[in-house]
Amino acid sequence: MTPIDPTTLWIVIIGMAVGSFALRFVFIGLVGDRAMPAWLLRHLRYTAVAIIPALVAPLVVWPAATGGSPDMPRLLAALVTGVIGYVTKNVIWAMLAGASTLYALLYLLQG
Amino acid sequence: MAFSTPKSYFRAGFRDGAPFILVAIPFGTLFGVLATEAGLSLIETMTFTFTVFAGAAQFTALQLLQEETPTVIVLASALAVNLRVAMYSASLTPYLGAAPLWQRAVAAYFTVDQSYACSMIRFEQEPQMTVPQRMAYFFGTVTPIAPMWYMATLAGAALGTQIPESWALDFALPIAFIAMAAPMLRTPAHMIAAFVSIVVVLLAGAVPYNLGLIIAGIAGMMAGAHAEVVFERRKEAT
Repeated sequence: MTPIDPTTLWIVIIGMAVGSFALRFVFIGLVGDRAMPAWLLRHLRYTAVAIIPALVAPLVVWPAATGGSPDMPRLLAALVTGVIGYVTKNVIWAMLAGASTLYALLYLLQG
Repeated sequence: MAFSTPKSYFRAGFRDGAPFILVAIPFGTLFGVLATEAGLSLIETMTFTFTVFAGAAQFTALQLLQEETPTVIVLASALAVNLRVAMYSASLTPYLGAAPLWQRAVAAYFTVDQSYACSMIRFEQEPQMTVPQRMAYFFGTVTPIAPMWYMATLAGAALGTQIPESWALDFALPIAFIAMAAPMLRTPAHMIAAFVSIVVVLLAGAVPYNLGLIIAGIAGMMAGAHAEVVFERRKEAT
């Protein structure tokens, strides 16, 4: 880890600010209420359930905190979170169950 | 005013969004802590969080900046992680596209996982909602979340390096995202989409610059859309 160059940092911040807004604005702002084709809408229905698991899976299987090697407390915490979230349909219960599992296992296995 | 008649929908949105402050607080704090540990000043950290307002992309950029990644790749990777908000924007468009441009511009800034997830569930459940009611609901969902996110970042930046590693804050992000995604698995097609995206992203682990995420996301969407068509045909056939 080396110190971050301030110029690079500001380029990244400004670039991300402009880019993130553009990504969010492109459809809702520019397409507006023009009709979109059925095949596009059908794909978009699965955006969240495709992207969120893809974002999370590598963090679960190869967590940075353990240097990228699979870790039993984190794997089980993820599993419990998913099962409770699916069964209860309640985000908060799922998070609490997952966090409790993680802390309990970290305490039992490493503490 | 936009919120005068649809006030009850704003309140409903606020209620549905409120639990997510339990997500915004640990994430915001974590970003503040990690940014400070990486050497960012308070002004840099807060400008980052105010202007970009996208947790996962901010964490990605922060990580890559510390690894001396070329600037272009930092930007491309962070925006790739954030590509999903373009897809959220697209899937909100049929519901909110008829609203005034300024409202759509403000809504664009506030399009995040939580406001999107709450809004899509509500808009699908109540197809008779008017556009102002939907806008009111959408803004209701982010009203508790956004200020808590900013304040938590500030608190995290102030705490700096004092949070012990034993708190395992690193895993707040995966737990929150799984908790958000699991209740969305409403149909077999949704399950297939999630399953395919997980398999593809793990197989594409070696693909550089976070492109595996984009490939897996597209694969998952295609699998879900295709499964939907197949299941519908089967239903019609019986």
